[in-house]
Amino acid sequence: MRHHQPFLSNVPLLPSSLILRPSPNPRSPPRRITLARASMDGNSELPLVLLVRPLFPAFENSLRQHFRFLQPWESPLPTHEFLSANASSIRALLCSGPAPVDDATLACLPGLQCVVATSAGVDHIDMDECRRRGIQVTNAGDVFSDDAADYAVGFLIDVLRRISASDRFVRSGLWPIRGDYPLGFKLGGKRVGIIGLGSIGSRVAKRLEAFGCTILYHSRTTRPSLAYKYFSNVCDLAAESDVLIVTCALTRETHHLINKDVLLALGKDGVVVNIGRGALIDEKELVKCLREGVIGGAGLDVFENEPNVPKELFAMDNVVLSHHRAIFTPESFSGLLQLVIDNLKAFFDGRPLLSPVSA
Amino acid sequence: MVGDETQSPDLQPLLLLRKPIAFLLSSLSTHFHLLKPWESPLPLPAFLSTHATTVQALLITGLAPVTAAILDSLPSLGCIVTTSVGVDHIDLLECARRGVAVANAGSVFSDDAADYAVGLLIDVLRRISAADGYLRQGLWTLAGDYPLGSKLSGKRIGIIGLGSIGSRVAKRLQAFSCTISYNSLTMKPSVPYKFYPNVCDLASNSDALIVCCALTSKTHHIINKDVLSALGKQGIIINIGRGALVDEEDLIKCLMNADIKGAGLDVFKNEPLVPKELLSMNNVVLSSHSAVNTEENILDLYQLIIANFEAFFAGRPLISPVSA
Repeated sequence: MRHHQPFLSNVPLLPSSLILRPSPNPRSPPRRITLARASMDGNSELPLVLLVRPLFPAFENSLRQHFRFLQPWESPLPTHEFLSANASSIRALLCSGPAPVDDATLACLPGLQCVVATSAGVDHIDMDECRRRGIQVTNAGDVFSDDAADYAVGFLIDVLRRISASDRFVRSGLWPIRGDYPLGFKLGGKRVGIIGLGSIGSRVAKRLEAFGCTILYHSRTTRPSLAYKYFSNVCDLAAESDVLIVTCALTRETHHLINKDVLLALGKDGVVVNIGRGALIDEKELVKCLREGVIGGAGLDVFENEPNVPKELFAMDNVVLSHHRAIFTPESFSGLLQLVIDNLKAFFDGRPLLSPVSA
Repeated sequence: MVGDETQSPDLQPLLLLRKPIAFLLSSLSTHFHLLKPWESPLPLPAFLSTHATTVQALLITGLAPVTAAILDSLPSLGCIVTTSVGVDHIDLLECARRGVAVANAGSVFSDDAADYAVGLLIDVLRRISAADGYLRQGLWTLAGDYPLGSKLSGKRIGIIGLGSIGSRVAKRLQAFSCTISYNSLTMKPSVPYKFYPNVCDLASNSDALIVCCALTSKTHHIINKDVLSALGKQGIIINIGRGALVDEEDLIKCLMNADIKGAGLDVFKNEPLVPKELLSMNNVVLSSHSAVNTEENILDLYQLIIANFEAFFAGRPLISPVSA
């Protein structure tokens, strides 16, 4: 177990009642101790949480009523030195947005037991290292899932039925001059291949069934309770689909999962919708396929190098673009705030975490 | 493509008033001897009285109006088929008086129209088109994020007109966990949704209104200032019916004063003219009467047109009749 000597520093140290005692078996999961409030003087007894980047402004007030935050960027020390200097106080880390939590950071924090992330995806966190060190990681759970699924469906209808293109057409004053905007394509009856049938993917499936779509999927594991056809190979899925919707996590295995072969298999009327991570798709290849008419259209909320979007896409009417907001609504933000608070409270109280990421 | 000169004189004559899309023009000419006023130097009334006095069948495309005057020029007319679902451009009373049967597009467009209405709703709520425009102007890198939209799942939806299209809109939005209520000419006891006989009451109890009803003298300006006020500052309105279902001036005022949150409009009072105030608003999505326009349903439409005329000429009831 991690037993650490308190360092001399200008940051208040934890009272001795809160220093972790060594556990007999170094490999057992760390014990969590309920923090007893020794006194009621202001917020100095609120649990301490490390930040790696500033809080979302909308979250500041609420979070600061429950926790104290350690903010490395306010210190003149280089980050890793600051972290090492405060390591004895740090058991929890709140990771806002995609700020990376890499193994170098983790190495400075031998007392860290819990990382609370604000996203569904945890590809910015070194999960292997966390597992090795027995650090639990929580993510956004299901908080964003409805909104993400709603957005994916909206994107798909927009691409097929050319809603945004029609909106641009009308605003440019072309309707009286050129007549009606060209026809779109029917959604009903389309075969939709969902890549990643998790919390978001399954909600997408449920919605699209109501439009008369046939659902197919590829996932790490099969979901026998759902009556959709499973494909262990993404190319095979693409060959039998009219639409691919990417809703899976970004991992080493799924990097560039959608590549030239998959796009070719999807075919010339095929549509790709990506609300996962940019790197799930080989972006250069996607742009090429769109330019050459190898596929029919795309709805893209995420890109390999945000906020940079390949400029070629701006001239295309068969693509719809947005800036990484499939999950964002004021409602889901409130839900996220509550989940972050609840996870941190559960951790400090020694209760089970609400949305742990499983191995 | 089959041209006039190769058409068999045995084919029944079919009158059109406006030039249809290429697919319909070429396909119909294999079944009918087409009368095409747009190819004639004569003005329409003269063309009709010269060439169309024995015509029994009329196909209306592009919402061309059928007035008493036109009916007067067609004494042998027995059947009108329109390529639209709406029939507000046809004087149905005059048709009934003269024994002219009328058929519309039936439910050929219903799925696509319902899909479009839901797409417009998601677009307005989640600001999809606005974000797309923002990105295309290069503003993501320059100016950072664009304001958020709001959640659709679980919202209360009020449907005006629970017919073929409205009921399909309801079914789709239930999959988003929305609560459905409706206003219709008559209550439908077999549906599980709450009925509001008064549109203002429906609006007060809805987060979004979706207008899917037919335009008649009873439904003209069914959405007016009072309804929009009842809908409220967070409310959204989607119109895929007819422009005149909504008092367009009231709507524009409400949008400009932020009395409602946003609108998705596929139809307008004076198409293709769209009020310029709307063209610069970020909380509206506008389209060019496209709710039913898909490549796939053109073929279904064509087959329905043929089936209706075949039934008429065989003395059988029309497939998708409309009554006054």
